[in-house]
Amino acid sequence: MTQQKTKFCPSGRQLLAALTLTALGCSAMLDSVQAGEKPSTEEVNTTGLAVTDDTVRVGILHSLTGTMAISETGSVQAEQLAIKQINEQGGVLGRQIEYIVEDGASDWPTFAEKARKLLEEDDVASVFGAWTSASRKAVLPVFEQNNGLLYYPTFYEGLEQSENVIYTGQEATQQILAALDWVAETHGAETFYLVGSDYIWPRTSMKIARTHIERDLGGEVVGEDYYPLGNTQFGSLINKIKLRKPDLVFAAVVGGSNVAWFKQLNAAGMTPERMPMLTISVTEDEVLGIGKQNVAGFWSSMKYFQSLDIPANNDFVAAFRAEYGEDAVIGDVTESAYLGPWLWKRAVEKAGSFDVSRVTAASAGLEWQEGLPHGYTRLMPNHHLSMRTRIGEWQPDGQARVIFESEIIEPNPFPEGY
Amino acid sequence: MSGFTTQELFAIFAMQGFSGLSLFCVFLLMALGLAIIFGQMGVINMAHGEFMTLGAYLTYLVSVQAATLGEWALDAYFPVAIAVAFLGAFMLGYLVERFMIRHLYQRPLDTLLATWGLGLILQQLFRSIFGPREKTVTMPDWLLGSYSATDMIDIPLNGLFILAITILLSVALLVLLYRSRWGTKVRATTQNRTMANAAGINTDRVDRLTFALGCGTAGVAGAAFTTIASTGPTSGGQYIVDTFLVVVFGGAASLFGTIVSAFGIAQSQSILSFFWSGSMAKVFTLLTVVVILMFRPQGLFASKVRR
Repeated sequence: MTQQKTKFCPSGRQLLAALTLTALGCSAMLDSVQAGEKPSTEEVNTTGLAVTDDTVRVGILHSLTGTMAISETGSVQAEQLAIKQINEQGGVLGRQIEYIVEDGASDWPTFAEKARKLLEEDDVASVFGAWTSASRKAVLPVFEQNNGLLYYPTFYEGLEQSENVIYTGQEATQQILAALDWVAETHGAETFYLVGSDYIWPRTSMKIARTHIERDLGGEVVGEDYYPLGNTQFGSLINKIKLRKPDLVFAAVVGGSNVAWFKQLNAAGMTPERMPMLTISVTEDEVLGIGKQNVAGFWSSMKYFQSLDIPANNDFVAAFRAEYGEDAVIGDVTESAYLGPWLWKRAVEKAGSFDVSRVTAASAGLEWQEGLPHGYTRLMPNHHLSMRTRIGEWQPDGQARVIFESEIIEPNPFPEGY
Repeated sequence: MSGFTTQELFAIFAMQGFSGLSLFCVFLLMALGLAIIFGQMGVINMAHGEFMTLGAYLTYLVSVQAATLGEWALDAYFPVAIAVAFLGAFMLGYLVERFMIRHLYQRPLDTLLATWGLGLILQQLFRSIFGPREKTVTMPDWLLGSYSATDMIDIPLNGLFILAITILLSVALLVLLYRSRWGTKVRATTQNRTMANAAGINTDRVDRLTFALGCGTAGVAGAAFTTIASTGPTSGGQYIVDTFLVVVFGGAASLFGTIVSAFGIAQSQSILSFFWSGSMAKVFTLLTVVVILMFRPQGLFASKVRR
């Protein structure tokens, strides 16, 4: 399952994509190295990476097959799009990016094996990939041993920080705290029901949520429930929620379970008016599977929604659609994946080198006022991003209307007291 | 459970009963097909879930087709979808028996591996054809929402619909197996293949039709499940363990046992997950089944079959 792409012949569609990118390009062009004064290969690569005078090789490592393919396909598309756009602008340090796509096949040992292959045999300068926490944990030692560089896109539970990983999604507190504050303030929510799939991310998230509700908001958690991954029967849970009548259901149900959860909520008459619900696991991608008619009116807490009216986002959406079809949707993680290559490009150009240690050193403190689809971003020394939390209300057309936007929230992957 | 009014408790009791009933329908729909294949033929079909997925995808295709025809078609397509799902899964089952299963009748463990492989192949086929993302089947309006008996009691319409399908299908299968000529042949083949052959029954043909019928039943289950759960390449696989549990617990060769066992497991799981978390309820149910099977390895209702 190896696929190489080097040549680039502009077609009408690609030109259109390039045109719509001018805004993105402007900010990024400023620090891009002008053609003609390209630094020599010996200078930018002292650690034996796959860099030539004209090209640099990177890896994309996601599940193209297996259960997780449903979630990871969008990330692969976004990363390919970003790389293509960067190449159209002249590449990185005057070198065109070549990429190798490897399939982790929804299997964690396979992820580790493919990561090793990318780093040891292909000598890639960076890898964009991994999606679930399990796959990240599997590849982490490989990246640390080989001093590789991984851009990890998914919002996750936190409690991790590695020299060799840049986390382009939110850690848990960035998704949860501001959103709960908002519900408590604007809707006077005092009682909460926590629901999640039974694995590390929902459990950690709910732990943080519970502490915040009880300690900081003075609210009450009237129920907390976890269901096995893949569970499709929520009748009893819905009855419990009906009996407890919480002001808000806070949910982190994932995968196929999510579809069943929303369908059965609706069937049981639990409309958003009767039972407000805030989830941290529904993006535009999930809405496709759950069905627009089932999700309308519920809330999601994310950093990014496809409907964001920011110039950089309008360009991104247009380019994504030009590449992958008018019906393509972009969820929060897809956007995070899109950030990876751009963050890497900026860091490499600031460092003037592809060497991983120099790139990570140059990464800390990078700042974008605009130019990224979700708006202001700062890459903090702890390798996570500062960004806003947003709450979107799902509309019947499957898009979210942003009803709340927080201040810039700094990442705090090791929250104390939670 | 203190601090609630009697009326609330009554309402929850009623709702809880219904939620157990829906779970029962889900288990039974899946298990019926398997009870025929595993119970009557002794074939361990690990790809059973994928036949269900096939039914779900066929329903999706019919719904997409209906949407192009207009509003009236969306209201009326579901019975057509069920028929298509049945036929599609039936035909695939027929072919699978013809080219794969029949060579493996004497080797039950190989069947297990072969059908597991078949399941993986089908999953990847679905993924390649329909994409890895889950598909939404557009529901007719009459299947959405709920019937509110009182303020607290909401009976989901899709739950009622599935209940109706389950009853119809169970009755049809019971009649077919125990009241029809074909059913007599199937049971004769199960009980003593050589004798059945000698009596002029074409046992190869019976096997083929039995297997295909079991698969077709799974297809109908798939069509029904699109109203309550997801339609993705791996949707069917999520049910396979529960399904085997129901069939084994009920006593492999007894259709009646399957019904009772589905009811028991569904109700206990539903009630337990009301008092505990969903994960714990599942653990406890599995534990109970294991303990009971230790004392009654033949399952709840073992029919007396000479092998």
